[in-house]
Amino acid sequence: MKVSGILSIKPGDVITAHPQQTIQEAIGILAARNIGALLIVDDVGKLVGILSERDIVRKAVMHKGVFDLPVAEVMTTHVVTALPQDDLMSVAHTMTEKRFRHMPILDSDGELIGMISIGDVLKAQRDKYRGEIDTLETQLMADED
Amino acid sequence: MSEVGTAENPLRVAIIGAGPAGFYAAEHLFKQKMAVQVDMYDRLPTPFGLVRNGVAPDHQKIKSVTAVFDRTAKKPGFRFFGNVELGRDVSVDDLRDHYHQIVYTTGAQTDRALNVPGADLEGHHPATEFVAWYNGHPDFRDLQFDLSQEKVAVIGIGNVAMDVARILCRTPAELAQTDIADYALEALSKSNVKEVYVLGRRGPAQAAFTTPEIKELGEMEDTDTFTISDEVELDSLSEASLAESADRGAMRKVEIIQSYAQNQSTGKSRKLFVRFLVSPVELYGDEHGHVKAMKLVHNELYKTDAGSLRPRATERTEVIEVGLVFRSIGYRGVPLSGVPFNDSWGVILNDNGRVIHPDTKEPVTGEYTAGWVKRGPSGVIGTNKPDSVATVDLMMADLQNGRYLHPTHPEAEAIASLIAERQPQFFSYADWQKLDELETAKGAELGRPRLKFTCVEDMLAAVGKA
Ligand SMILES: Cc1cc2nc3c(=O)[nH]c(=O)nc-3n(C[C@H](O)[C@H](O)[C@H](O)COP(=O)(O)OP(=O)(O)OC[C@H]3O[C@@H](n4cnc5c(N)ncnc54)[C@H](O)[C@@H]3O)c2cc1C
Ligand SMILES: NC(=O)c1ccc[n+]([C@@H]2O[C@H](COP(=O)([O-])OP(=O)(O)OC[C@H]3O[C@@H](n4cnc5c(N)ncnc54)[C@H](OP(=O)(O)O)[C@@H]3O)[C@@H](O)[C@H]2O)c1
Repeated sequence: MKVSGILSIKPGDVITAHPQQTIQEAIGILAARNIGALLIVDDVGKLVGILSERDIVRKAVMHKGVFDLPVAEVMTTHVVTALPQDDLMSVAHTMTEKRFRHMPILDSDGELIGMISIGDVLKAQRDKYRGEIDTLETQLMADED
Repeated sequence: MSEVGTAENPLRVAIIGAGPAGFYAAEHLFKQKMAVQVDMYDRLPTPFGLVRNGVAPDHQKIKSVTAVFDRTAKKPGFRFFGNVELGRDVSVDDLRDHYHQIVYTTGAQTDRALNVPGADLEGHHPATEFVAWYNGHPDFRDLQFDLSQEKVAVIGIGNVAMDVARILCRTPAELAQTDIADYALEALSKSNVKEVYVLGRRGPAQAAFTTPEIKELGEMEDTDTFTISDEVELDSLSEASLAESADRGAMRKVEIIQSYAQNQSTGKSRKLFVRFLVSPVELYGDEHGHVKAMKLVHNELYKTDAGSLRPRATERTEVIEVGLVFRSIGYRGVPLSGVPFNDSWGVILNDNGRVIHPDTKEPVTGEYTAGWVKRGPSGVIGTNKPDSVATVDLMMADLQNGRYLHPTHPEAEAIASLIAERQPQFFSYADWQKLDELETAKGAELGRPRLKFTCVEDMLAAVGKA
């Protein structure tokens, strides 16, 4: 299965914030949308970073005033992205290996088109195995009368 | 009026598409602790979607799943309206007038395009059409495939490509044991095909086909199967990724692929080559506009940021002679009139199964989707079960929260008379069962699992509707 298989059951609106917004504002969005990470885009919509709950916690340890900091000072700027045609298995491996919980998806023109979470990936993997099992189970059920 | 889901006011659901996703959704709906009525529609008189018209005829065993779907169809409250197409005989507005909830499970009705020069030449076909043809799908029964050609290419190495390659390579005797359409059996019995090339753009470790399918390719009666040593030797990236994945199934698959490189010709009539790391870049035609050859570029693999191995063209090219080409590079959903569509992935625009408005991304009240038209063309029959269950669970949650349609004519008779008016020749489940009996009886006479009706008029006549 490919990354696009996860995107196909998502609304397709990517939740973003700007680097100049405050962490306070960013937390507001995270809470309101019930998500674990925000994609940070510049004025032309180009991806410049990712801000995860973990980034905020890590910064808060050293910096009591974290809420007032601009997102730009807290976000991770080296963002690893995936393509819709990337194999899910490989992406899953990369995410677990590098401990990424979120992965932004860009199309071949570099446009931001979505984000997947480790939860999405694990669910897709589980569904793949369940599909095999459910097929067998349906066949077994068919054989009983 | 009383609450929806009671005996006086049962929950009325329309399911559009009688494939696995539709049946699994119906099954889960009937498990709910409330009164439910399900009307299932299909544009064909026959139910079961790709189980009838996609699954390869030499894979009869898997088709037994339909016995489970039959059981769902026996539930009180279930009705089948076959030969009724959404968009032709009924509209989404009609459905909204008659049901509390609507589920679209229309599958993937077309295929992905191959954008190379020469793609419009005669003799190049989508595998979707060939598959529907040999399975006796009424819309495709009149297609012609030039089986007088000796050399055939199949582009793509998914399980559908495996099906197509097998059907091209089976002997008439092997095919005669199946429920393959009678005209296809006849055409394939006269086939002149000698060599089949199945073309993968990446390497053995990235092959989309599954292990039993590649194994089966090596076990055909009159076909020798080969791979090419250079192409099946793993490159270092593939080797590393396979080792990291610790996926024993994938390793076994690679071993089988590699073992075919050792095969020697045993003098069987046909040869099947599974090729790797090659992409078609152009189809060449003869003076009649018929494909005669294909240019392939050899690929190497590179690793994307996210860790996936993708093909990249090298300088090396090759021309192979082929007179018939099937592209088997994936199915694709088609839009339904009045239902938001996500053109990027060829699915109904949805959020985990809730149909959503294109602008607001808010759910469209009472409309849902499941199966291939929800998540795209991937997964086996059973994959649709958790998928449909997840959608039905959302339907139940929405119902609880009062988010459902308020039809003006919720009575079961109202929609039945509308359909009788619009499509008097609709098929009930009883009609289908009669047809099913006829098909199996006719098949039994010939020692075959069934002999399919492949033409809607004949189906209608057989059950006295013509
Ligand atoms: C060639 C092929 C071989 C396969 N072989 C296997 C196999 O061996 N084992 C396995 O487990 N899986 C196999 N699969 C996968 C399996 O068939 C799918 O996972 C499954 O059929 C998808 O179910 P679905 O209900 O979403 O779609 P479908 O099965 O496609 O059902 C959709 C139904 O909707 C109907 N429909 C479409 N449009 C309309 C409309 N406008 N109005 C009314 N009705 C409409 C169609 O007629 C069809 O009956 C195969 C798939 C293919 C393509
Ligand atoms: N026996 C069974 O259980 C059975 C039988 C049939 C189908 N099915 C299921 O039905 C689903 C659909 O099967 P499918 O075979 O249609 O799809 P699939 O498994 O997605 O395979 C598609 C193949 O096409 C290749 N491809 C895509 N675009 C290409 C291009 N532009 N050029 C060259 N190659 C290209 C892919 O290569 P890349 O990987 O490089 O993209 C892949 O090899 C699958 O989940 C399958 O398992 C199951």
